[in-house]
Amino acid sequence: MNFALHRRATVLLAVLAAALVALPWVADNYLISVATLILFLAYTGQAWNVMMGFAGQLSLGHSLYVGVGAYVAGGLFFHFGLGPWAGLWIAILVCMLLGAAIGFLAFRFGISGVYFALLTIAFAEFTRIGFDHIPWTGGPGGLFLKVAQRDQVDLLHFRGPPAMYYYSMLVLAAGALALCAAMLRSRAGYYWQAIREDEEAAQALGINTFRWKMLAVIVSSAMTAVSGVFFAFYYNNLFPEQIFHISRSIEIILGPIIGGVGTLFGPILGAALLTVLSDGITELLAAFGWEIPGIKQVFYGVVLLGVVMFLPNGIWPPIARRLGIGR
Amino acid sequence: MSLLTAQGLQKSFRGLRAVHEASFELPEGTINALIGPNGAGKTTIFNMIAGVYPPDAGKIHFAGRRIEGLRPDQVCAAGIGRTFQIVKPFAGLSVLDNVVVGALQRSPTVAHARAHARHVVERLGLGAKRDLLASSLTLPDRKRLEVARALATRPRLLLLDEVMAGLRPTECDQLIDVFRDMNRQDGLSILLIEHVMRAVMALAQTIVVLHHGEVIARGAPAEVVRNPTVLECYLGEETEV
Repeated sequence: MNFALHRRATVLLAVLAAALVALPWVADNYLISVATLILFLAYTGQAWNVMMGFAGQLSLGHSLYVGVGAYVAGGLFFHFGLGPWAGLWIAILVCMLLGAAIGFLAFRFGISGVYFALLTIAFAEFTRIGFDHIPWTGGPGGLFLKVAQRDQVDLLHFRGPPAMYYYSMLVLAAGALALCAAMLRSRAGYYWQAIREDEEAAQALGINTFRWKMLAVIVSSAMTAVSGVFFAFYYNNLFPEQIFHISRSIEIILGPIIGGVGTLFGPILGAALLTVLSDGITELLAAFGWEIPGIKQVFYGVVLLGVVMFLPNGIWPPIARRLGIGR
Repeated sequence: MSLLTAQGLQKSFRGLRAVHEASFELPEGTINALIGPNGAGKTTIFNMIAGVYPPDAGKIHFAGRRIEGLRPDQVCAAGIGRTFQIVKPFAGLSVLDNVVVGALQRSPTVAHARAHARHVVERLGLGAKRDLLASSLTLPDRKRLEVARALATRPRLLLLDEVMAGLRPTECDQLIDVFRDMNRQDGLSILLIEHVMRAVMALAQTIVVLHHGEVIARGAPAEVVRNPTVLECYLGEETEV
């Protein structure tokens, strides 16, 4: 990337960052909650993208890490009063071990492609069913964290007004973007992309593909665990049926797919577009007094169909070309 | 001193004997060709050396070390680079980034690898195309990229699997010059599988001829092309080279 392009990208990014930082001053709580959801999906999509977009390993069960991350931190808080900041690290650790176990099983025994994807679904599904039967998690009745919504920001207990959650998610999403950008330019990024493009050729160039695929899964599961912890302390109620459900996994991956798999801004753009448009449609219909159940899913389907047909690489690449910036 | 020694290599695929008792050695700093009709077992021998699959029996020594049964990445780390007969570019990456992946094998940092990759890309005549996506290259350029990527791993021995196939004679000659240069300047040893006899005769110091998985002749090009068995099995009576 030459200097002029680099500068243009930096300016655009700065404008976007300024707008996002300023948002809570101009937006009401509803808008802030929509923006928080966008950032949540952007962050989680970014985490999924490390595995699929960078290293080419399709996970259709990322709800597993959101759910386990949420339940570990939420459960430790609920049962032992362990604060979110301590629980966060334990949740990350548990999810990394889980990711490593699944990765090891798959890569050690040469399970790849759709079979790998099936394996990820299987793990999410049987964890969902298992959690329904574990008393510690509250079972199907759910786990409810004590809500003590304050007007004061209490970062230590991760309690505060909507703007605090918004800013937390903004920091996470920005951090994930920076981390992914740095990883792409590192040895890991080159090796992952080589594995994604052609595993046999990558191996012939001296890449221990098992080790680097494992790293991708572990990084991705660790990042996703953080979304889970956020989820637990933001929504304060956890149901296996919801959090591990395959529809959540699909929701996570729609953003990056629509935005552009393997790109840095695709997951962000995809999450924004999907959330704004689907909430917009729901609002619009509500304004006319219509409430159509399932309209969101129909909308997702139509958008996905359109993107697959007309922009198979996602909507970010053509926009990036038009703006004259990379990735 | 011999860089690579193969002793009694055997490989069968479900009862089909692909390679039988193949033995040969490649002296350090030489260019050698492996020729023979289709199905003679050339690519099978390549794959056994490169670690794609282990031989059923036999030994492969490289630089004083047993390498049979190692994984492809370990073979590469030991100092053997390879190209694929059906080229395998990283289609979604730029030409330069393709080569950087190879260069990282022996570079401490990405910056170091990029500098080395630029040099290799220039040398293979892809300098003007280094920022293009590999998927946009023509077949001759893809073949060059395949060679550049393998070379970037700084191998002591380069395995070339039919890199000349599909190239026009002038393109072929350019690549011949590149290989000759690398052999003379850097002391790179090369083992090539090739049907293009023009390239074989121009490059190889020794030729190993395979037929039905067995080595039927070995020696200097001039001897091999006059060997009656080779003429009968592969080159044909009328061949003029």
